[in-house]
Amino acid sequence: MTSHRFGRRGLVTTAIALAVVGGSFGSALAQDKTTLNLIGMAQAGMTPDEMNAVIAEFQEVNPDVEIVPQYVAYDALHDKIATGMASGSAPFDIMLVDDIWFPEFADAGWLLDVSADIPPEMLADSSAAAWDIVTFDGKQYGLPWLLDQLYFYYNSDMLAKAGFDAPPATWEELLTQAQAMKDQGIVDYPIVLPWGQIEASITQFVALLYGNGGQFFDEAGSPVFNSPEAVETLQWMVDAVASGLVNPASTTYGEEDARNAISAGKAAFTINWAYMYDLANNPDESTVPGQIAMAMMPVSQKGADAGIVSSSNNGSMGFAVAAGSENGQAAFDFITYLTSKDVQKRYAAHVTPLWTSLASDPELLAAQPVLLDMFAKQWPYAQVRPKVPYYLEMSQNLQVAIQEALIGSKSAQQALDDAVATAVELGAE
Amino acid sequence: MAGWLLVAPTALFLIAVFAYPVVSTAITSLQKAKLQKPGEAEFIGLDNYFDFFADPAFWQAVSRTVYFTVVSVGLELAIGIAIAAFLQRRYAGWRFLRLAVFVPWAVPTIAAATMFRWIYNADYGALNGLLYQLGVIDKYIPWLADPVSAMNMVIIADVWKSTPFVVLIVLAAMAGIPGELYEAARIDGASRWQSFWRVTLPLLKGAVLVVLVVRTVEAFRVFDMIYVLTGGGPANATLVISYVAYQETFRFFSLGRGAAISFIISMFVLGAALVYLRLLSTRREASR
Repeated sequence: MTSHRFGRRGLVTTAIALAVVGGSFGSALAQDKTTLNLIGMAQAGMTPDEMNAVIAEFQEVNPDVEIVPQYVAYDALHDKIATGMASGSAPFDIMLVDDIWFPEFADAGWLLDVSADIPPEMLADSSAAAWDIVTFDGKQYGLPWLLDQLYFYYNSDMLAKAGFDAPPATWEELLTQAQAMKDQGIVDYPIVLPWGQIEASITQFVALLYGNGGQFFDEAGSPVFNSPEAVETLQWMVDAVASGLVNPASTTYGEEDARNAISAGKAAFTINWAYMYDLANNPDESTVPGQIAMAMMPVSQKGADAGIVSSSNNGSMGFAVAAGSENGQAAFDFITYLTSKDVQKRYAAHVTPLWTSLASDPELLAAQPVLLDMFAKQWPYAQVRPKVPYYLEMSQNLQVAIQEALIGSKSAQQALDDAVATAVELGAE
Repeated sequence: MAGWLLVAPTALFLIAVFAYPVVSTAITSLQKAKLQKPGEAEFIGLDNYFDFFADPAFWQAVSRTVYFTVVSVGLELAIGIAIAAFLQRRYAGWRFLRLAVFVPWAVPTIAAATMFRWIYNADYGALNGLLYQLGVIDKYIPWLADPVSAMNMVIIADVWKSTPFVVLIVLAAMAGIPGELYEAARIDGASRWQSFWRVTLPLLKGAVLVVLVVRTVEAFRVFDMIYVLTGGGPANATLVISYVAYQETFRFFSLGRGAAISFIISMFVLGAALVYLRLLSTRREASR
């Protein structure tokens, strides 16, 4: 009995020993290959399947490189990168970084400065606004990839029914058209907006602010969003909600809630990212397919009089290489391949190409007639949010300030004054 | 010596999972520490605590938390005891009813909160649909857009979710009350209401105190309901103290401040628990 038991234990020990030896042997073999860990997003942009296809292409040309990808939701991406990198072990070589996180991550020393390595032909054939995304302190910390911005959406059937032949070019026209729709009983709340206590409200406030001739941060990097233009902008938002033309739930809504209201035919106007166009016109997702159109983002009458054509918000992302990566060159080679003209042309279904010349490519235009055209028209007016390491905390404060004005617990002036004071405090720390 | 060896594994385990995190958090709470700058933590004494105590926003979060706790626990107790008293009567179908009552408790909080987000939705929510058809409201109401109603809506969701726990404990305590007491009360000519008021309720004191301790501690740390339903909005109207801790730690990565507020929450909870324990023990002495 005893010997039997010992025998069994011996067997287990041998098995464990074998597993350990086998494991280390296996990893020794794998070390011949350069392994790159990539963290990307499974939400907007290229689908994981498309990403994996590009990875396979790259590995075919570079047989000594193995890329191990993982894809997470947007909401999880920032925390996953930050907690991983903060552990000091640099768990990722290649990271998808949102516009507003570049300063925070670069300031922490997690991102490789690639300014000197950007292919000249890529630089020459892309817009300056694209490079704003990955730039912090005058240096580029990655390559721009998912180019996105806010667009104005409207229900073309409702607009025609109300007797208008063009979407609004100014905020004032927007309210006039909405009032007509409400008066004629076409829709109860013609406008729905994602103005909940989330980042979406900041992106929209910034877009509107520049459309009224204001600025978020000035050239010296100081917060100036309590200027008279900014107070007018927030006051317009407050008045719009109070007018009863904006769905009152807007102050609790995110982009998806607003999209659902449009797709359910319960609203005619909204502001959202590019992804909504496809979904709102998809019969499986929407009760009003084919009715949702895009237009240039309207500006205030005051802005229009001052010659401002349109104003949007840049909500893009870029791929970056970890500063602590042991294979920085291979990682950079991959993100260069991912953003190359050839790959961008072949995988343009869900990503607007970085390469300006692709916007007039006949094949691409045939496949994406509306989006590519609208992107090119709106992009010159897309504003980047400020590049400050304390962005998330400042933004949280401003979200609350906007909410306080919208529900009337503070005046627009007071709310913005308080938020600027906090931003100054955060900047001084 | 042998005795020490015997308890060593347990002691080590407790130190590893209990003492170490508490001590480490206590040290972090005395530092200005950012997750992004692990090497640059700076000792600042009790400044993190003083910053919170001096910040009116912190006290607003505390008073919101207290409001949430008092109202939700109060409602849960009242409704829970009423349901338990009803189930105890064993009317026809009471077994099925008892099962049905416990269903909300079995639903994970995140799922329950998501469900209520849909129920409260201003454009297609079931609550609006119901009230509209009953003629109570003449147009759909954005329940979560108004600061006062948003907090109360969160409380309703929490009451729905947690009342079954009260029913469970109270029902068990009711089952332990000897039938002779009710018989005696009846013989003395007590009505049903009087026997509930004079016999049942006094004997439920112990169970009620247990419920109070558990539910107060839980309600004071409410997070998931708020996270899903309102995200702390509108205009921070539902920003409770646990949500502040979450923001500091996981949104702003201010580890020092996050650790400090976690300790403050623990102190509040500990204080409440001590008061209740005191009540429990005096009751026991009195009955001796």
